[in-house]
Amino acid sequence: MAIPREAREARRRVGVVPQNDNLDPDFTVTENLLVFGRYFGIPAATIRERIPGLLEFAGLAGRADEKISALSGGMKRRLALARALVNDPELLVLDEPTTGLDPQARHLIWERLKQLVQLGKTVLLTTHFMDEAERLANRLAIMDGGRIVAHGSPREVIAQNIEPQVVEVYGDNVADWARIEAARHALRFEISGETAFCYAVDPRGLLDSLQGRPALRYLHRPANLEDVFLKLTGRELRD
Amino acid sequence: MKPEHYRLPELSLRFVAVWRRNFLVWRKLAIPSVLGNLADPLLYVIGLGFGLGMLVKEVQGVSYITFLATGIVCQSTMNSATFEALYSAYSRLATQRTWEAILNAPMSLDDIVLAELVWAASKSVMSGVAILLVICLFGLTDAWSSLWVLPIIFLIGLAFAALGLCVTALAPSYDFFMYYFTLFITPMMLASGVFFPIEQLPPAVQSVAHFLPLSHAVELVRPLLLGRTPDDILLHCAVLLGVALVGYHVALVLCRRRMIK
Repeated sequence: MAIPREAREARRRVGVVPQNDNLDPDFTVTENLLVFGRYFGIPAATIRERIPGLLEFAGLAGRADEKISALSGGMKRRLALARALVNDPELLVLDEPTTGLDPQARHLIWERLKQLVQLGKTVLLTTHFMDEAERLANRLAIMDGGRIVAHGSPREVIAQNIEPQVVEVYGDNVADWARIEAARHALRFEISGETAFCYAVDPRGLLDSLQGRPALRYLHRPANLEDVFLKLTGRELRD
Repeated sequence: MKPEHYRLPELSLRFVAVWRRNFLVWRKLAIPSVLGNLADPLLYVIGLGFGLGMLVKEVQGVSYITFLATGIVCQSTMNSATFEALYSAYSRLATQRTWEAILNAPMSLDDIVLAELVWAASKSVMSGVAILLVICLFGLTDAWSSLWVLPIIFLIGLAFAALGLCVTALAPSYDFFMYYFTLFITPMMLASGVFFPIEQLPPAVQSVAHFLPLSHAVELVRPLLLGRTPDDILLHCAVLLGVALVGYHVALVLCRRRMIK
């Protein structure tokens, strides 16, 4: 479709879950869905038919007549998700859908998003949680300062941008150890506070060296997206 | 500001869905809302009407309370539309981000601002009707002739809603509206013939008063409520309609500038 010329027609087929709560505080859960559906020109009878299914999907089945102020943060986010589905969109856009949610609420959102993908919908979301991106995405792009700095499937992005093995070492004087041993056995290392992050293809040298240092604790793990993200965008605060 | 911000409005019936949203909210609070809109003008009519009415027996051939009540209808229509277009619309624009949510649907700002305009005018009709009813009960006007006033009240509501929406589009916070009231609404209320005939004003102020939209509203509504035919009906209607149309476009341009980057 040609945007912006056909923006209105495009929005008919898109659902949006914004980062900021903009549910209608004057309305109940049901009224929020009904009123929002009318903005799409959907007949009231059709919207009313859809509402129970949407509430079921969002885990809000018993809350149809609840006021918005009575909902928790997680429920509001799920209602925003239900609202974005009221027009049965082909594309769903979510802006940081799990920010500020507790783990249970986050898992529920993840599960629902996977269901939507199975139903054949396209889901586009932004997130600062790398585990979320790694878990949900078929394809992802890492952006820095408005530009895409890496893209592909999570596995591809990790394989192409960072050493496969990470050994995180914690403890007093970790820096002294790292400057000698990590420099010798790792392809690359970084010291952040009390932790040394050592990146390697073959971590055996590092692990052997750590055997002789009981004062240092360590974690050996495969590289993940968070490592890639920090490598590509730096460890400094991004205000 | 970008050139596309100045585009003429694209009018469509899509605005009705947004109007209905506001109506649904209002319906939940209808009775306190109407009573609230009624209390202020009634206090003026009773307080000033009886109080000053003792001193001023007749103005323009009618009792002072009648003269005042017919002006207060215009003033309270203006107030009702203004409050809705300022505080309530600003809440939906900035505080609650309702407009932002609506823009994710196939709606444009053209539709939303039009809906706010028509809604504020509709609301002013509802409170206008309430005041007319009371005035009829007081026997200050004839019930049937006052029906003619309803479309005029709607037009007055449109004009002041449009002006209010321009202010809302510029407002950084609720406090900003105080300037609009102090610098525009209150002086206009005093200079437009609501409380006393414009002819009482110094000539210089009189000539300004003729440009104020509220004067045109009073020139239409007062004769109608007294069972007379207003002079220059077309001129007064044209001024109010012009303010509504130009105000709507300016408000829309300002809202586009504010919301479409």
